[in-house]
Amino acid sequence: MLGKLTWAAIPFDQPIPLAASGLMIVVMLVVLVWVVAKGYVPYLWREWITSVDHKRIGVMYTLMAMVMLLRGFVDALMMRTQQAVAFQSQGYLPPDHYNQIFSAHGTIMIFFVAMPFVIGLMNVVVPLQLGVRDVAFPTLNSVSFWLAASGMLLINVSLVVGEFSQAGWLAYPPLSELQYSPGVGVDYYIWALQISGAGTLMTGINLVTTILKMRAPGMSYLRMPMFCWTSLASNLLIVAAFPILTATLAMLALDRYLGFHFFTNEAGGNMMMYVNLIWIWGHPEVYILILPVFGVFSEVISTFSSKPLFGYRSMVLATMSICVLSFLVWLHHFFTMGAGANVNAVFGIATMIIAVPTGVKVFNWLFTMYGGRVRFTSPVLWTIGFMVTFVIGGMTGVLMAVPPADFLVHNSLFLVAHFHNVIIGGVLFGAFAGYTYWFPKAFGFTLDERLGKLAFWLWIIGFYLAFMPLYVVGLLGMTRRMQHYDVPQWRPWLLLAAVGALFILAGIVAQAAQLWVSIRDRGRLRDVFGDPWDGRSLEWATTSPPPAFNFAVLPNVEDEEPYWGIKQRALAEQRLIQEPDYEAIEMPRNSPTGVVTAFFTTIMGFALIWHIWWMVLLGLVGAFATFVVFAWRDVDEYEIPAEEVARLDRERRRLREEALATLRQPA
Amino acid sequence: MSDVAVSPGTDPYRLGHHPHPPGHSHGHGHDGDEATGHGEGGPASKRIVVAYGFWIFLLSDIIMFSAFFATYAVLVDATAGGPTGQDLFGLTRVAIETAALLTSSFACGLAMIASQVRNHLWTQIGLLATGLLGLVFLALELQEFAIMIAEGAGPARSAFLSAFFALVGLHGLHVFSGLLWLGTMMAQVAVKGFHPRILRRLMCFSLFWHALDIIWVALFTVVYLIGTTS
Repeated sequence: MLGKLTWAAIPFDQPIPLAASGLMIVVMLVVLVWVVAKGYVPYLWREWITSVDHKRIGVMYTLMAMVMLLRGFVDALMMRTQQAVAFQSQGYLPPDHYNQIFSAHGTIMIFFVAMPFVIGLMNVVVPLQLGVRDVAFPTLNSVSFWLAASGMLLINVSLVVGEFSQAGWLAYPPLSELQYSPGVGVDYYIWALQISGAGTLMTGINLVTTILKMRAPGMSYLRMPMFCWTSLASNLLIVAAFPILTATLAMLALDRYLGFHFFTNEAGGNMMMYVNLIWIWGHPEVYILILPVFGVFSEVISTFSSKPLFGYRSMVLATMSICVLSFLVWLHHFFTMGAGANVNAVFGIATMIIAVPTGVKVFNWLFTMYGGRVRFTSPVLWTIGFMVTFVIGGMTGVLMAVPPADFLVHNSLFLVAHFHNVIIGGVLFGAFAGYTYWFPKAFGFTLDERLGKLAFWLWIIGFYLAFMPLYVVGLLGMTRRMQHYDVPQWRPWLLLAAVGALFILAGIVAQAAQLWVSIRDRGRLRDVFGDPWDGRSLEWATTSPPPAFNFAVLPNVEDEEPYWGIKQRALAEQRLIQEPDYEAIEMPRNSPTGVVTAFFTTIMGFALIWHIWWMVLLGLVGAFATFVVFAWRDVDEYEIPAEEVARLDRERRRLREEALATLRQPA
Repeated sequence: MSDVAVSPGTDPYRLGHHPHPPGHSHGHGHDGDEATGHGEGGPASKRIVVAYGFWIFLLSDIIMFSAFFATYAVLVDATAGGPTGQDLFGLTRVAIETAALLTSSFACGLAMIASQVRNHLWTQIGLLATGLLGLVFLALELQEFAIMIAEGAGPARSAFLSAFFALVGLHGLHVFSGLLWLGTMMAQVAVKGFHPRILRRLMCFSLFWHALDIIWVALFTVVYLIGTTS
């Protein structure tokens, strides 16, 4: 009846996971009770859960990323403390638990922190920057989000019911095959990623279509803001790479569930096929994460230097070059496979070539700052911190692109230091910069700067303390994923790294405090005019937060920096453009399709993990029925009457007039 | 698509409701024409957006198939002492399967033409023929699978057979999903008629069905033709 699921699945004998999951359940229950008691359920259902508004969905993505950052970071703290104490001893985490922790840490940080963070930012910002009212397929967008949430739920359920994978974040066979991982851990991994991956693919399709087919009148390709270009590149990569992840994990699932022999040791299986396939997805994946934040840095640095982005066209070219090149380098993740010197050389050189467009970008950012009036706000600090840190990470990356050098540091902590260097120093710093930069657009008030800067300094000091030592121990020969060790020379560095993790913890606390203080002081931090940073692209042309329809009439784009042009004309002529004739606007109706689909996929995923076949069928039939019901509805749009549009836009114009008046004074 | 700019009076495909050709409204963002946000002025019409998005999906689907094709190519000789393609494949069955699938695409095309002239009866007949021929294809494929498994040449026999069952089975799964979709579409056409939304979905379905043909042609060549001759 319940497949492999019995009471033995609950880890009653292991105090750490039991306490952790107990705490998680208590927190969830408290939040749930609070929401119900305060009567927020109808509001949440109407305005958030069933919302198909790209801004709301983007905010939910970002929130998910930040909550999961806490989970992933707790894993990181446990690893750092384990390695700090496990010198000539077993430490406090038994090997099978430690293995689950590093597997969960990697999986969560990539799939449920970095991905939702950048997708969240793209969701909020891209339609606004393009000057349109929503993404191409708003309901699909909601389905994407809820599928990601479904995957996230499954990976967290693994903490309480059963176990998580012990096979690392990419689950290499043969370790991840049934023979060596007979438990449900790898199955949790497979189905959590399959479900959220399907959501990511839909996001990719959605945003590519949005960017290529839905832009404000006059916005040609070379007038698109840089963030839209990098989002386009990133989503093209999603469309081209995620199907390969789906295929690879499907093959692993077939091996495990139906006795296929894709990657097994026997019957002709070829485990290197898995490693190749997973990296054909995996290498583009790191560019899927980094390219959007390159766009964030471009927006931030141009806005706060009060200058147009230096070398816009070379930036576009560099972005698209990276987009293509990212598919030609996957083999550098396993030079040690034995493909031969020539193959390794080709992939090594291809890898080094990527440093060229990346270098172009770094110089463009520097030249954007050069001669500008740089305002050192916290997004700019994140950006400068990124530039310094990322260049170091890039250099160690090029170092490892040399195959003979890579042989020496393969699978060592040097590699671990390298990719944390580019992912924390690149993706995460960029995500934080974007979060600070666009927060007022999403919520109507800015984040507290003092705590924001404190968080930045704690993070960057913590990062260097935590990861520079890992380069050293990597060179001293320490391999990754060690539960304990006996080499005295490693010890001081690992203790230092643990101290760094504590600094990062303080940084996260500062960020939580920043959010708390900013919400408390939102009156003081109010963004009245909708353009708090003297911005240059169209998202700053509307109010903060924008109305559901974003723009009362689609803005008319006449140059590379559409809003800057509009603003300068308004300043020169000392008046806003003439009031347009307002018309009624049709917007997509909210729909519970996403959350209902995710409900059924969660059931299906859970049932697949525990081999509860009737429940799998139930989930499938339910998901199909949801689609049919969705397809059957007759009214999928509602109309916002012209008077309402006029009322909201006149209010916006009144505020802009006020802003114009204050700007007029000094001149 | 060159027919975007056809004026509304002569727009046989009901492409959009452009009061004037789309190019015209560039530089006139304040006309208020784009008030619906769907098609006028900057953003493309809903039909274009839907078809474009669906094409992107199809491309991603083809990439997924390419991973299975690559795996098949790598594992085709990994028979582990078991049967090879030459021992197993019968070209007669595959020829009938191919004929059924290609004819079903033809029927699908006829159904689309019928839907464009708003002929309810012939649309349904065309869709029904599409579905029945798809069922024939699926039945033949499942029979082939059953025979092979009964002979002890199931997917667990060797890596080659794993790759074969996965690749061909994935295509079969697509045909099956297509049939489910087709049934839903027939019901929608019957109940809702030729609403623009339904027509867009029919267009996507026909794109999907033709894409399955393209994949089948590749599959037929790579798996069956090369498999029986080499």
